[in-house]
Amino acid sequence: MFASIRSALGVNGREAPRRKEVADRLREHPTGVVPARGHLPPAERVTLFADMVAAAAGTVTRASVENVPGAIAEFLRRHNLPLSLRRGDDARLAALPWERERTLEVTVGPSDGRQLASVSHAFGAVAETGTLVLASGSDNPTTLNFLPDNHIVVVDAKDIAADFESVFAKLRARYGERQLPRVVNMITGPSRSADIEQTLILGAHGPRRLHVIICN
Amino acid sequence: MSETATSPHFKENAHAALADSELQRSLEILETNFIGRRKLVADKLPEFDALRDAARDIKNHTLAHLDLYLEEYERRVVAQGGHVHYAVTAADARAIILEICRSVNAKIVTKGKSMIAEEVGLDDFLTAHSITPIETDLGEYIIQIRHEMPSHIIAPALHLSKAQVAADFRRVHTQLPADRNLEEPQTLLAEARAVLREKFLAADVGITGANFLVAETGTSIIVTNEGNGDLTQTLPKIHIVLTSIEKLVPTLEDVSEFLRVLARSATGQEMSVYTTLSTGPRRSGDPDGPREYHVVLLDNGRSAMLGGEFREMLRCIRCGACMNHCPVYQAIGGHAYGWVYPGPMGAVLTPSLIGIDKAGNLPNASTFCGRCEEVCPVRIPLPKLMRFWREREFERHLSPATVRAGLSFWAFFARRPRLYGFATDVAARMLALMSGARGRFHWLPLARGWTDQRDFPAPQGATFQAQWRKR
Repeated sequence: MFASIRSALGVNGREAPRRKEVADRLREHPTGVVPARGHLPPAERVTLFADMVAAAAGTVTRASVENVPGAIAEFLRRHNLPLSLRRGDDARLAALPWERERTLEVTVGPSDGRQLASVSHAFGAVAETGTLVLASGSDNPTTLNFLPDNHIVVVDAKDIAADFESVFAKLRARYGERQLPRVVNMITGPSRSADIEQTLILGAHGPRRLHVIICN
Repeated sequence: MSETATSPHFKENAHAALADSELQRSLEILETNFIGRRKLVADKLPEFDALRDAARDIKNHTLAHLDLYLEEYERRVVAQGGHVHYAVTAADARAIILEICRSVNAKIVTKGKSMIAEEVGLDDFLTAHSITPIETDLGEYIIQIRHEMPSHIIAPALHLSKAQVAADFRRVHTQLPADRNLEEPQTLLAEARAVLREKFLAADVGITGANFLVAETGTSIIVTNEGNGDLTQTLPKIHIVLTSIEKLVPTLEDVSEFLRVLARSATGQEMSVYTTLSTGPRRSGDPDGPREYHVVLLDNGRSAMLGGEFREMLRCIRCGACMNHCPVYQAIGGHAYGWVYPGPMGAVLTPSLIGIDKAGNLPNASTFCGRCEEVCPVRIPLPKLMRFWREREFERHLSPATVRAGLSFWAFFARRPRLYGFATDVAARMLALMSGARGRFHWLPLARGWTDQRDFPAPQGATFQAQWRKR
């Protein structure tokens, strides 16, 4: 296949200038056109993010760290859901004062499809589109993002970036150049389909509800 | 798969489509849902056109260095414990996938939406080898149980009404009560969700496509709204990414530009719900995810396109905007095109993949109105490329004798400007005189294709060239 690509391009693959151009681009990863939309002072950026999540049919609340368990319990009660929750081993989630919600049953691990609600902690978020960015790992099972009907995501206000590029730069800083965690899930609203007569319905194969808790 | 193409019968297909009242009702959705929404979100982003230029330039750069970016991409996939397989032909891709499936004695294979899987005819092939493929995108699932091809690259079941889908679900989901209510799309979706959830959990192998491949990190990316692709690739033991070589982009910054134009051009969303970046198999300590990660990279004629006038077509990111805005597609839908890729992008791509001898009708099914090029997020000059195919077809003597005779007749005059001016002047006067006071014809020799449907207006006044000279 390489032979036919090279013959079509009229190259042999050993040209130094071509190799240099590719190596430079991968090393420097230059930034292209970035919309101005997300470039706002922090408070307004968080507001834009919340508005964009709502526009994508997600729901948003704000809470201080100690009130996150309460905000979760309130969400579950509002939708008449059992006070039962699955979470990953994430240190930020483990550190939350769960004892403040004694009736909330919290278990740790991936989902096998039988849980109705899960909570994840976002790696970051993008104000531009209201997108949450979740990184998989031993502490963040991917199944929690897709199998339970209700997905709750906690995101720190300071992690809400203006644009995609800022989050990608932060991923590089955390995981290394040319490295990514196994899965990066960029999530904008709850699952949906419009495949039948273009009627938009929430809850296709993934969660029917996406609830975002912005943590100050 | 090209043996099943009905593209040679495009005209018959188109006639049937025009007479199909249910299809015509379904196609009305294009105007309101796709065209209107795309315009709304494009207008909301001042940088949209600059992003389209950037997307075009990134693809041009990548295609010009495709061999080197593929090497870099492969190196990163392997470094993360993944496997890269090169498939020159559709048959190669099918054989590679079968071998991987057999390595774990796979019985059930779930599939995310993949146009490449349609292109290589994967479902029929797996079925013939006693492996059950289950399409999990709702639209793909519906057309799978109907044994149809997608009629639109991002809305595969666009041609169907909810009543048709309900009838299919009753026919196939025989384990459910026969008298259940299936009137609303909500109930249909809920039923499909429940049926498919069991399949997700039972599957041995999950196959997805890829919207983009990232050379920087060895990552494959899928963009979906349903979440089916994510369940497909997360739950089984093996994740296979079936994709093609032109999906490559250099870096994550480049991906950002494409994410900004893709959903807006496709569904009129600011962003699709799930954009998932996958890099290699499950890592030590991961509580879930596939144990093996394979990428099958299909060529199937694409490297040949790199060398010729159709290279620009390889920029295509499969958003579907060209077909949404095409007056021909709007009138006849996707199935009339007779193969996997319909609309203007299909009219250019299909002849490259299955041959101009089979697909010659497609580049001729255009009014050259140019709307496809106007909305293309990577600025592919689709009308120009369709014209290239028409020229190829003519050069290879594939066009019908009457068309060739007509063109030769016209060319004789066109190469003699004075004679042309004189002849058209005479013809215009004659037609004006013959039409009398009515100014139009019910019938004209050699013009039945026109006059069977509507009157032919008689020329009025001088010819265009004569008027032009006077200015």
